[in-house]
Amino acid sequence: MPAPMPDISRQYQRREQLTMLALAFPALLMILLLVVLPVGWLAWQSIWHDGFTLENYRRILAEDIYWRSFALTFEISLTVTVLAVLLGYPIAYAASIVSRGWSIVILALVVLPFWTSVLVRAYAWLALLQRTGVINQLLRQLGLIDAPLALVHNTFGTVVATLHILLPFMVLPLYATMQKIPRDLLQAGASLGAGPVLTFWQIFLPLSLPGVLAGCTLVFVLSLGFYITPELLGGGRTVMVSMLVSRNVELYDQWGAASAVGVVLLLAVAAIFFVVSRFVPLDRVLGQR
Amino acid sequence: MVRIVAQPSATQRGRPLDKGGESVDIRSASKHYDAVRALDNVSLNVAPREFVSLLGPSGSGKTTLLGILGGFIPPSSGSIHFGDRDVTLLPPHKRDIGVVFQNYALFPHMSVGENVAFPLRARQLPKADWPDKVRAALAMVGLAGYESRGISQLSGGQRQRVALARAMIFEPRLILMDEPLSALDKQLREAMQIELRELHKRIGATIIYVTHDQREALTMSDRVAILKDGKLVQIDKPQRLHDHPADSFVASFIGEASLLPVRRADACSVVLGPAILRSTRPVPDGDELMLAVHSEKLLIDDGAGDAARNRLTGKVTDVVYQGESLRVFLQLADGTSLSLRQPSHYEAARRIPPLGGELTVTLHPEDTIVVPKARP
Repeated sequence: MPAPMPDISRQYQRREQLTMLALAFPALLMILLLVVLPVGWLAWQSIWHDGFTLENYRRILAEDIYWRSFALTFEISLTVTVLAVLLGYPIAYAASIVSRGWSIVILALVVLPFWTSVLVRAYAWLALLQRTGVINQLLRQLGLIDAPLALVHNTFGTVVATLHILLPFMVLPLYATMQKIPRDLLQAGASLGAGPVLTFWQIFLPLSLPGVLAGCTLVFVLSLGFYITPELLGGGRTVMVSMLVSRNVELYDQWGAASAVGVVLLLAVAAIFFVVSRFVPLDRVLGQR
Repeated sequence: MVRIVAQPSATQRGRPLDKGGESVDIRSASKHYDAVRALDNVSLNVAPREFVSLLGPSGSGKTTLLGILGGFIPPSSGSIHFGDRDVTLLPPHKRDIGVVFQNYALFPHMSVGENVAFPLRARQLPKADWPDKVRAALAMVGLAGYESRGISQLSGGQRQRVALARAMIFEPRLILMDEPLSALDKQLREAMQIELRELHKRIGATIIYVTHDQREALTMSDRVAILKDGKLVQIDKPQRLHDHPADSFVASFIGEASLLPVRRADACSVVLGPAILRSTRPVPDGDELMLAVHSEKLLIDDGAGDAARNRLTGKVTDVVYQGESLRVFLQLADGTSLSLRQPSHYEAARRIPPLGGELTVTLHPEDTIVVPKARP
């Protein structure tokens, strides 16, 4: 039997693969150094203290404060996510249907707060919401309340400030998705007899769902790990997971315990993504289709 | 005029639908965008059951006019009437017309069946009636049994058919089509043109059809409206447009015509360089006249035939082989050039001299079309 001809396209392919690998190398190195190694070190710390130990994890499971903190963190994140959809969807919708000039104005207003630091914005909310703050004083002068409302140093204040900071992460992916919905489809809906309400529910809303999911994922994950805002506006009573981590390190010098909390949070998020991805094609939602 | 309607074959495929057509009356419609006049005082009457094409180059205002008819674009002035309804200010979803969009505008998150049923949902028809109607509409466009397919699984031609079925399922008496075939390849496009014509006869609806393809317009339409720079230049039957163009723009847009500047000699002849050409049609008045010579109407002079034929002599500058025909370019003594078409068979090809050679062609006075020069 004659030997098969060597396929020169094979050689070409191999060369191309090497080029791609070389181009991706700096990014891979960066991820290895800045993500894989630290996370690995974190996991290692949580199970190694003069020998293998699960003491840190046992404590998380056993102690009430950890449970409550995790529950509170998820509760706040979920609240923030739901509110962000409710507030962000109309903003993104408005930006996607008005003329180009106005949509730039709307988006600029959404993104503008990004230019101030998170710390400054948290203090600004403190000034607005505290007992002698602008809102309480205004309400009292109007005679609507007798005693100042507790707007801050609790879950409410934390949710308000976190929502404010994370809203752009909801609006921008929503706007990106909505803007790509062909206007033809809405015109077609109208021409086929559907009024504005039906056109919205049957055509616009379903086609904007990928943006809703992308925004929810971003906001939820980011608020899970929020630190400065709940620290300042929670007033010590709203202890989120990130604060447990920092306290373990700063107050008790317990690196192992802090690492264990971090690992549990990471696993929880991974589990959530896994469950969600069973129902929703996340790769299609988050990536370019 | 006697019209033959309701042939028995109309009921065999699909349904016995002939709800008749809606008449359309466009009265002095204009649309201005700041200083730009996208549509400039256009008036147009479309009879029930008529198939009218809006033909023009891009920017001629044809799509603007369709948008105004569909209710997507509010006119700056003028009014639109469907039958005896004034619909000028009526929103699209209350106009009860079918629209087929250029890129089909099928809903990507719905199946074929859901897409086609959408107008029924919008009209809140009982759900029990949907499957039968959807089946009939899909059968009519040759897609029986495609209900559960996804839109992304369809070819371009199939998407086109789904869009048609969706626009026709609620039996509108007026259907607007915005270059619906432009995304298809040539063969499929020509097949669909014939199918659309058939379909039009069967459902009896009035159709207003936007295209930039003159052949398509001539093939399908009862009448063709030619638009240029937002103005209606001429509306006529295809053959009239071809043989009696209103001006040099229409002559250049319909068919394949060479335009040569001529001078008026008298009521039935013009001067072209040294030659005098006679025409059986009345020559229009005016200083700037053009002779519109359709390339298929020039014959190579073989000395025979009518002595009254006009004769033109020039040098052959190029011969282009185009499959079924040859296109021969001639340059006349005064430098102007024109082209003629010859069927590509041996006899015809033999009569064409080599490049640079002299060739005399004849043009019958019946085919000698003189038009006023269009304003640029």
